[in-house]
Amino acid sequence: MSFINYMAREINCKIVYYGPGLCGKTTNLQYIYERTNPEAKGKMISLATETDRTLFFDFLPLALGEIRGFKTRFHLYTVPGQVFYDASRKLILKGVDGVVFVADSQIARLEANQESLENLRTNLSEQGYSLDKIPYVVQYNKRDMPEIGTVEELRELLNPAKTPDFEGIARTGVGVFDTLKAVAKLVLTELKKGGP
Amino acid sequence: MVNPQMVMYEEEFNQIQSVVDRLVKDANAKVVFIVDKNGQLIAASGDVDNLDTTSLASLTAGNIAATGGMAKLLKENEFATQFHEGEKANIHIQLVGNRVILVVIFDSKSSLGLVRLRVRKASEELNHIFEALLKKVSEPGADSPFAEITDEDIDNLFND
Repeated sequence: MSFINYMAREINCKIVYYGPGLCGKTTNLQYIYERTNPEAKGKMISLATETDRTLFFDFLPLALGEIRGFKTRFHLYTVPGQVFYDASRKLILKGVDGVVFVADSQIARLEANQESLENLRTNLSEQGYSLDKIPYVVQYNKRDMPEIGTVEELRELLNPAKTPDFEGIARTGVGVFDTLKAVAKLVLTELKKGGP
Repeated sequence: MVNPQMVMYEEEFNQIQSVVDRLVKDANAKVVFIVDKNGQLIAASGDVDNLDTTSLASLTAGNIAATGGMAKLLKENEFATQFHEGEKANIHIQLVGNRVILVVIFDSKSSLGLVRLRVRKASEELNHIFEALLKKVSEPGADSPFAEITDEDIDNLFND
């Protein structure tokens, strides 16, 4: 749910990075955080376990610039990817304006991707959203790993609707900003249409 | 529309701000702020200069969401109030009208009893204001300022 503040002339939107455990959601946010000017970002918050697995969420506020005199601010969140944190994932999806699905390209993780995507679809629909309608992009991450599926294979399994998709190596930043820009653009286009 | 936009206008903002300003004084608080349930900061007052209100807003909303999740599992509607006691600072979190979250940060200059009392009164006022605001937003003719933006405007945002 975007928040338009006429007083502060600001528009705030919420983007959630979703995907199976260890697919690189937090790494995406970390890269964005490292490569963004200090004045355009707030503090990045990670609620993680002692072994750096996301426990509840990561949060990164970003200012993208102005449109027609309104400052556009994006709040980026990740969900915990591990299957048993489903209750937390549901909470984080509340009020979402756009979703990035980060897929793990490794063949060994194909099933985990599908399971997570199915879980995303279910959790969105519980809140009255549809994955087919909400601004949504896919990132095939870990393209630098051995034994990965081809993009065509992954697309067929994870993105039959052919929403914008990108190859990524989040560790080194490949595809990270392309993914973010694409989802931000879709969110703003949706706002233009008058909301989800 | 399953998910109506939250919109804030000058008139309501000023009303909210005056409630928040007054609460800082009445409750002897250090900081008071209001967050929507999605973690967006709506208004703040008090000693906010040295405080990362954006992060606090997001964490407060996460906290309320998690507590709400627990309530649901216990077949409770909601746990509307939370209190965290620290060595120096204390934080009182109140869900208002199941819509926004009122947060009061205070130290030993105040007390939990006083904060609770003042929060109760402020909550009622805020509830009225947000009810009126929601009504206004749902009225036809309340166009989004983004209805007129062009694809070019959006593209320009990313030309860096």
